[in-house]
Amino acid sequence: MTSDVSATQTWIDAAYLLTGVCFILGLHYLSSPRTARFGNRVAAVGMLIALVATGVVLYWGTWWIVIAPLVVGAIVGVYSARAVKMTAMPQMVALFNGAGGGAAALVSTAEILQLISSGGPLPIDQALTIMLSSIIGSISFAGSIIAFLKLQEWMTGRPITYPGQQFVNAIILLVALAAAVLVIGNLTPGAVPLDTTTTYFIGLAAALLLGVLFVLPIGGADMPVIISLLNSFTGLAAAMTGFVLSNNVLIISGALVGASGTLLTILMSRAMNRSITNVLFGAFGAVKAVGGAAAPDSSGGNVRAASVDDVATMLAYANQVVVVPGYGMAVAQAQHSVRDLADSLEKRGVEVKYAIHPVAGRMPGHMNVLLAEANVPYPQLFDMDDINPEFPRTDVALVIGANDVTNPAARNVPASPIFGMPILDVDKAHNVVVLKRSMNPGFAGIDNPLYEEPNTVMLFGDAKKSVDALNSAVKTL
Amino acid sequence: MPRSAWMRGSGRDATMSAHLLAELTVFVLAVFVGFEVISKVPTTLHTPLMSATNAIHGIVLVGAMLVAGIADPKLGVVFSMIVVFLATLNVFGGFVVTERMLQMFKPRTPPAAVRDGSRQP
Repeated sequence: MTSDVSATQTWIDAAYLLTGVCFILGLHYLSSPRTARFGNRVAAVGMLIALVATGVVLYWGTWWIVIAPLVVGAIVGVYSARAVKMTAMPQMVALFNGAGGGAAALVSTAEILQLISSGGPLPIDQALTIMLSSIIGSISFAGSIIAFLKLQEWMTGRPITYPGQQFVNAIILLVALAAAVLVIGNLTPGAVPLDTTTTYFIGLAAALLLGVLFVLPIGGADMPVIISLLNSFTGLAAAMTGFVLSNNVLIISGALVGASGTLLTILMSRAMNRSITNVLFGAFGAVKAVGGAAAPDSSGGNVRAASVDDVATMLAYANQVVVVPGYGMAVAQAQHSVRDLADSLEKRGVEVKYAIHPVAGRMPGHMNVLLAEANVPYPQLFDMDDINPEFPRTDVALVIGANDVTNPAARNVPASPIFGMPILDVDKAHNVVVLKRSMNPGFAGIDNPLYEEPNTVMLFGDAKKSVDALNSAVKTL
Repeated sequence: MPRSAWMRGSGRDATMSAHLLAELTVFVLAVFVGFEVISKVPTTLHTPLMSATNAIHGIVLVGAMLVAGIADPKLGVVFSMIVVFLATLNVFGGFVVTERMLQMFKPRTPPAAVRDGSRQP
């Protein structure tokens, strides 16, 4: 019996190794849009191998406990993945991410309950990895749910702050850590008679609360950083669950995801010239936003509004137009209209390029996906570093729903909160056209001197309607 | 020392720290491989990268199955089913949404027919 079990286990471990290889190869193929789909499928095959291998050792007497939620989860997952609009992708990713984190925490909960019920002191290595997996997984679960609510706008996207916020967060973190230490060290506090199970669940609850509280003060523009960070957390939680179960495929996959999330977090905060701690604890835009939103048009003294026909003429007779999309394009669902306008311009021989700031939108690569959805060929999408030298020889920079990422104050006003943030140098183009709903300052509540530059004109209104109007006007020229 | 799952390898207790170190080795090396591979992914594909890694951490479904698929699930029937459901949602949602996004990324498509055709929902 024992040798039989270990022989089976060897085959399963071999299958898991294959899964790990598939995941690494899958990620490798994501290095080019040409091979990326193949990569995703390789990874999916790897997942299938792991699931089939795991099925071999399961107890199938109560098969429905596994199969029923598997079928329902698959149906719900596939349906929502197919139904979701591309503009809603950030919240979808947040939701799936939370599901993974929650699952990791629950698996560890099951393990520790089993350990406790089998009596005796908890092995330290087991208890340590269980606590790490539960705490990180719970933070990721609760944080992702809040991120989802904010992105879905079922909750305000503005930072939610209150006095003593960081003090409260610190206390809750301490509670979670104290619970972890008590469980790991098999300690029972003398004064309060708590058994290990109760202590564990106190730690779990504290971690959940912490997940909620640490995302509350994060504003919409900082979401790319937080989504990446939560992704990395879930990866780490999965890896820790791998340690708990002595399961290499969980360790490898979790480590890969943890690395990916961490790398993206670093890239995103670098693109905002801010540290992770500043993003987490800065509540960017909270203070100034109140005053800024209450006083629209306060700084609009030298702002020039243009008519649709003026802008259409400008665009139609340009040699090169660079489109700068931002979150406003996503909100207005204007990506298809933008593509149609670009088509009309290209028919007239205008060169159209797209400038994508790394933190444009609500998650890494958000704009690229929206434009891909509108069938913009990806060779036309340019990173900040590649497009910035192009602006001086660009006739029109068309800014659609982007604000802070084009703010020249980041370059030359040391007092500005965004000073030092790498921006798209749209102000260096011969002409700048800014499509904007109103003169309200952007998310961060910072005035944008770009709008008062002599080469800038504003086209007010809903981005989609404005772009459609521009397209019709261009066609008549 | 009590172990929590019956399929765990025998003799682990005697070499617990060696075992942990072996797992830690795998973890650290995988982190380095991860950094290496991910750093080659272009910014254009960062959203699909996120949803793909999302699907990959759905591997926790293996753990969920191991926890739920035993004779007497310690988490109880309801929670065992919830954990499998959450992990499955993660796996299927992640891969399908990645596939959907990636099929939209196209190189330059000059023929008008392709453009018109691809506008169909």
